[in-house]
Amino acid sequence: MKERVKAPVEEIRQKFPYVEVDEQQTVIVPADKLLELMQGLKNEFALDFLTNETAVDYPEESKFELIYNLNSICHGYTMMVKTSVDRDNPEIPSVFPIWGGANWQEREIYDLMGIVFTGHPNLKRILLDDKFDGHPLRKDFQWESVRE
Amino acid sequence: MLKTQEYCLNFGPQHPATHGVFQVILTLDGEKIVKAEPVCGYLHRGIEKLAEARTYTQVIPYTDRMDYLAAMLQNLGYVQAVEKLMGIEVPERAEYLRIISGELSRLTSHVLGTGVYALDIGGFTGFLLCFREREKMMDLLEELTGSRMTLSYARIGGVADDAPEGWLEKVDRLMDEMPGYIEEYNGLITGNEIFQARTKFVGELTPETAVNYSLSGPVLRASGVNYDLRKNMPYGIYDRFDFEVPLGTNGDCFDRFYCRVREMEQSVRIIKQAIEQIKEVDGPVMGKVPKVLKPPKGEVYHEIESSKGIIGYYVASDGSNKPYRVHVRRPSFVNLGYLDEMVRGVLIADLVAILGSIDIVLGEVDC
Amino acid sequence: MLENLFVGVADWLRSLLGGIGFLPVEIAESIVFLVKLVAILVFILINALWLVYMERKIAAYMQARIGPNRVGPKGLLQTTADIGKLLCKEIVIPKNADLVVFLLAPVLIFVPTLMVFAVIPLGKNMAALDMNIGLFYLLAIASVSTLFFWMAGWSSNNKYSLVGSMRVVAQMVSYELPLVLSLLGVIMIVGSLKMSDIIAAQNSVWFIFTQPIAFLIYFIAAVAETNRTPFCLVEGESEIIAGPYTEYGGMAFAMFFLAEYANIMVICAVTTIVFLGGWHAPLGLTFIPSWVWFFLKMYALIFVVMWFRWTFPRIRVDQLMGFGWKVLVPLSLANIFVTGIGMYIYRAIGW
Repeated sequence: MKERVKAPVEEIRQKFPYVEVDEQQTVIVPADKLLELMQGLKNEFALDFLTNETAVDYPEESKFELIYNLNSICHGYTMMVKTSVDRDNPEIPSVFPIWGGANWQEREIYDLMGIVFTGHPNLKRILLDDKFDGHPLRKDFQWESVRE
Repeated sequence: MLKTQEYCLNFGPQHPATHGVFQVILTLDGEKIVKAEPVCGYLHRGIEKLAEARTYTQVIPYTDRMDYLAAMLQNLGYVQAVEKLMGIEVPERAEYLRIISGELSRLTSHVLGTGVYALDIGGFTGFLLCFREREKMMDLLEELTGSRMTLSYARIGGVADDAPEGWLEKVDRLMDEMPGYIEEYNGLITGNEIFQARTKFVGELTPETAVNYSLSGPVLRASGVNYDLRKNMPYGIYDRFDFEVPLGTNGDCFDRFYCRVREMEQSVRIIKQAIEQIKEVDGPVMGKVPKVLKPPKGEVYHEIESSKGIIGYYVASDGSNKPYRVHVRRPSFVNLGYLDEMVRGVLIADLVAILGSIDIVLGEVDC
Repeated sequence: MLENLFVGVADWLRSLLGGIGFLPVEIAESIVFLVKLVAILVFILINALWLVYMERKIAAYMQARIGPNRVGPKGLLQTTADIGKLLCKEIVIPKNADLVVFLLAPVLIFVPTLMVFAVIPLGKNMAALDMNIGLFYLLAIASVSTLFFWMAGWSSNNKYSLVGSMRVVAQMVSYELPLVLSLLGVIMIVGSLKMSDIIAAQNSVWFIFTQPIAFLIYFIAAVAETNRTPFCLVEGESEIIAGPYTEYGGMAFAMFFLAEYANIMVICAVTTIVFLGGWHAPLGLTFIPSWVWFFLKMYALIFVVMWFRWTFPRIRVDQLMGFGWKVLVPLSLANIFVTGIGMYIYRAIGW
């Protein structure tokens, strides 16, 4: 199988000195520098396709981790960007102004995890009922039919 | 004293043209849509939460039930993600069987999309002709896997069973007949002037908008963007096959529909090549996999090209035998994000045409 | 002998009643007339039942399947079973529906169709009432049916029905014009509105050959008038569910559909009379009675109408209006113009 084009992680680390890169070439950025990095990635590194945006709950470390997967259509590489927010007050700026594809994905994360995206045009619940109480995908959500 | 008034029409969850339980709250001025608010979630079953309480192999049937029309492709994405996480090698014969059943699933999904689109536009006969072919394909898949729609054929490390005696010849025969059937669909549906008048220049999408809104699959390629994961980021053994990626020019409903028809022809090509090549490959259909699967602590994101678009699986493991987090990036869900802007200013009949051309399946939208 | 079967029966009845003695002639005539109308009524209803079965079988064979074949020999009693089921169903009346109008619409929907059949000559000398404004009467009464479709949708208190009924009014009113204008060419040539005159004028050449464009325009406008595919946006199925009929259940629903088939019969009958020579036998095969020829021609046209339904998709409302007003109306006006000039030239040459 032919080798995939690798994302230019080294250049990104040089351009944005506040990011870290781990062994799987994932870029980790602090939450307050998120928008700056994302805008730079879209404009200068041609990462114009936001494939996936999701969140993972780590209650022991008291944080939510947000995962962004970006593809570059013309160059053909893909990259994962991670950031963390505090579990007790989960707020993070929305990347909707940069990629419109974040619209429904952020609504889903808000609905199921409870992370508030500031600057999102229509942050309402999407999969669950509007009057639903709680955020089911959190690890401490009480649910009935769990099979042990 | 005479005035017009906008009214609110519920293109309700129960409707013959919404491809499932999907609601669009329309604000109409006469027959023109002023505002459309899509409401989904009527089929939400909590698959991502359920997956955290099952072992890695037990998650595979859940993945079938999302896009139940092209079940093998959903299985394939998940299984390849876990194999990437654990570093498992898949034997050759299993790879070929995955390709053949995957492309057959893609064919069943596109055939249904074509037929149901003809039904939405009003040509009932096209729908029944397409289903005639789908029955043949589902019979073949039943012989292979035991189930017509929700296959659960892929396993972590290979596939469940080898192909039964004579199955590959039957698939070969059907693939020889398929171009003739696709000609029939072209004659009845694609070439019909009324169909073209209903779908051409309706719901146009520019390539920049399509990329910005993360649309994928035939919806993206109809706008002219050449992005098919089987070619741009190949997975499995797709780089051994010779096929084309059909592109559109205008990005209207007709182009999206016609891209699917041409993709059917390409799937037929791939299956025929795979059947040729699998004759020389013999061996097990399941790799060396431990009895209890415990992937190392870590995470992986893997995406493949399903019939509706890009399906991605994010699997995070904490070292136990149950996944810590499974997230599915569902193509129909993301493709619908642009719906409310696309249908502003069109008539109700055009809403049906546009929704049909995006080709959603509600099991996938709601997960 | 077979030719004059029905005329003979009417004459026998007349003489029977005349032989009673004390019955004045007018009463005898009116009894014969009443029997004729009842016979036509029975004819229409049985035909509507047969047409439902025919449509299902034709649809099935065009779609590579078989269609009804269980109820009765070869499925012939399927429609009877369906009507039996529908009779037993409850007609659910929505809460805020306008009760009188809601219940009146399915009752009145058959009225224009039945009224119109009184002037249609089903064979030689077989029109129940041969008025000398026959065609005019037919067109006038047939256009009243728009009102009843609209009543059904308006009174249902349902937005889908409202959209459907507005579409009905727009469609039927727009396609009345090409319908009437295309017939004007034929009327100009014949010179009279009487149905039997129109048929008599075709004993050498049928009007389909002298007025081909008028035939096409009339046929398309007539298919639009009966709300059949490709103009079936009234009962759009995949868009507005069932349009004006959404809230109706049971026998009321059945009334609308039987009325649709009866309307198809009317337009095919009129097309046969005006363009295909009515009950005239083509190629001189007069040993087959005239009424059998009429039925054969009418059913051939009904088959074509059904063929359209199972081939074409539905067109959109704005495309429908554009097509009706911008294409059909100018074409039919041009047809009248050309016919006028043609008639003048022929008379001048002396043909």
